[in-house]
Amino acid sequence: MNTHLRKYFRQEHLPHIWCPGCGNGIVTAAILRALDRLGWEKDRTVFVSGIGCSSRAPGYLDFNTLHTTHGRALVFATGVKVAHPNLNVVVITGDGDASAIGGNHLIHAARRNIDITTICFNNSIYGMTGGQYSPLSPTDSVASTAPFGNTDRSFDLCRLVEAAGASYVARGTTYHVTPLTKLIERGFEKRGFSFVEAITACPVYFGRRNKMRTPVEMLEWQKDAAVPITRAQKMDPEELAGKFVIGTFVDIDMPEYTESYERLLREHASDRGGG
Amino acid sequence: MSESGRRLMQGNEAVVEASLVAGCRFFAGYPITPSTEIAELLASRLPQVGGRFIQMEDEIASMGAAIGASLAGTKAMTATSGPGFSLKQENLGFAALTEVPVVVVDVQRMGPSTGMPTAPSQGDIMQARWGTHGDHPIVALCPASVGETYAATIRAFNISEALRVPVVLLLDEVIGHMREGVAMADAQNVEIIDRKGPSVSPSEFLPYADDGTMVPEMAAFGEGYRHHVTGLFHDETGFPDMSAAVAKSLMQRIMGKLDAHRHVYEWTEARDTEEAEVLLVTFGSPAQAARSAINRAQREGMKVGEFRLITLWPFPEKALREAATGARAVIVPEMNLGQLRLEVERVMGCATPVYGINRTDGDIFKPDEIYQGIVEVYSG
Repeated sequence: MNTHLRKYFRQEHLPHIWCPGCGNGIVTAAILRALDRLGWEKDRTVFVSGIGCSSRAPGYLDFNTLHTTHGRALVFATGVKVAHPNLNVVVITGDGDASAIGGNHLIHAARRNIDITTICFNNSIYGMTGGQYSPLSPTDSVASTAPFGNTDRSFDLCRLVEAAGASYVARGTTYHVTPLTKLIERGFEKRGFSFVEAITACPVYFGRRNKMRTPVEMLEWQKDAAVPITRAQKMDPEELAGKFVIGTFVDIDMPEYTESYERLLREHASDRGGG
Repeated sequence: MSESGRRLMQGNEAVVEASLVAGCRFFAGYPITPSTEIAELLASRLPQVGGRFIQMEDEIASMGAAIGASLAGTKAMTATSGPGFSLKQENLGFAALTEVPVVVVDVQRMGPSTGMPTAPSQGDIMQARWGTHGDHPIVALCPASVGETYAATIRAFNISEALRVPVVLLLDEVIGHMREGVAMADAQNVEIIDRKGPSVSPSEFLPYADDGTMVPEMAAFGEGYRHHVTGLFHDETGFPDMSAAVAKSLMQRIMGKLDAHRHVYEWTEARDTEEAEVLLVTFGSPAQAARSAINRAQREGMKVGEFRLITLWPFPEKALREAATGARAVIVPEMNLGQLRLEVERVMGCATPVYGINRTDGDIFKPDEIYQGIVEVYSG
């Protein structure tokens, strides 16, 4: 662990529960590095998570941390942020948590453009329960509930969040750590809903069943399959088959939810009192 | 409670006005008949007092947002009806285990399923107690008039804050939409209870430590008391611990705190129970028809008493047993097929027969049908 990040950990709660070769630690460190660069205060920052491997991350971090129910991190985070708009609110979620059981909440948090940064650890599988396919598992990939190959279509969560109206949408990988850190940092800085999908490795439950038995093979897959957005724009859809695009998809300024509501409060506050 | 004037208002409106007196400053909701007026009114009332309203994408989200706001230090409420109450159960369980104060209003309508959205019912009595999975602490109040709804709403917040427990306020469509004159509280003279904050420095703070009251001190996010909140079983530090000893002691404390503080939430009313041969156990809007039937029976010389429950859960077992001491039979009128009767039977044991007068057709009780039931049991 980088020594300057040590202060952000609850060291008495380490080691973590993640398997050897898991990429979640890489994403967690990228989050902390980004936050450290911005000088975010621990007392003023709230981490909220749902259920799954990645959602265990906040428990190891020395902030205000809230480990909620499956798929619901964003709704708890919305309550925290609306009640207390001055707090920095970060949601940590996984691909199953964010796109399946919590998909509707993701759409509406993006639509409101509420100032919450969501980091989705996408390991292409439900790891905590032992390797069932998620909505982000590639078609034809093998999972414990897709022993003959996944017949579902996988979907692009970044495009979903973009369509729903977020101010900032980006994707990175645990192979491209420096760019990932910068994407997260930009997401933190952005007023409005920020969504960063971090492609991470689950060698134990995804890689092992999909011809990537080792963590190194999984990182090599991230390196080979990732196409920077500038290059992807010049490529045909056929050339992009089996690949995924990384980089910044949306970075625009739009009205942010809590700011709009605070303005409404100023305009409609009266001295009628509570009775 | 001293008065500051009377106003004609709906039950749903009484919830709104009383919640503001109680200090509610956050509401998350989703439209559903017959509770929608609560959301509509709070959308305009909360900004007037510096509070915040948000309409969420569904009932699950409303429940979660209310809990999030409460963790950030703001008194919070959500409101719904049967189908939405079913959806809230998931996060209601989270609030029970993590001991987050929150008030949930359920304006009951006929179910199951979409049922009869504009028809009254008391079909959620058992769901209010057992709707979320696992043994868990919860308090449910069920007022019988609009005026009592106003008082019960303030009390719901006070109980929730005092004991760090979710409180369900069970209205029914009749109470929610009926208009009655309500004595408005003078905000300065109402007892308002707030959760107790940390008495130690952040470095010494243990978010789930028992200080002897079984109700831990609570810090809000952002106050410098960085801590962890999880729906996993946890020890006094708040961090997950799956050991049998920790699970046992956590369960004992969160259930035990309700046993230890019965006076905070127990609310019943006994009328003419000493001499009663037949006792009516009433709650919610049917209590009004029952009162009229009891009066008539008493005028005709029958020794009939009434034991009315405002607190339904935890069930006021001892108070019922005392009220029913001399009764040879008990009658429970309710707008369901006998959900509370099950509990009354459990308390009365085999010695005293318990009869139900039930409606599940979406219509309200007429005093006459309860009166007929009294006559039948009395002469039987």
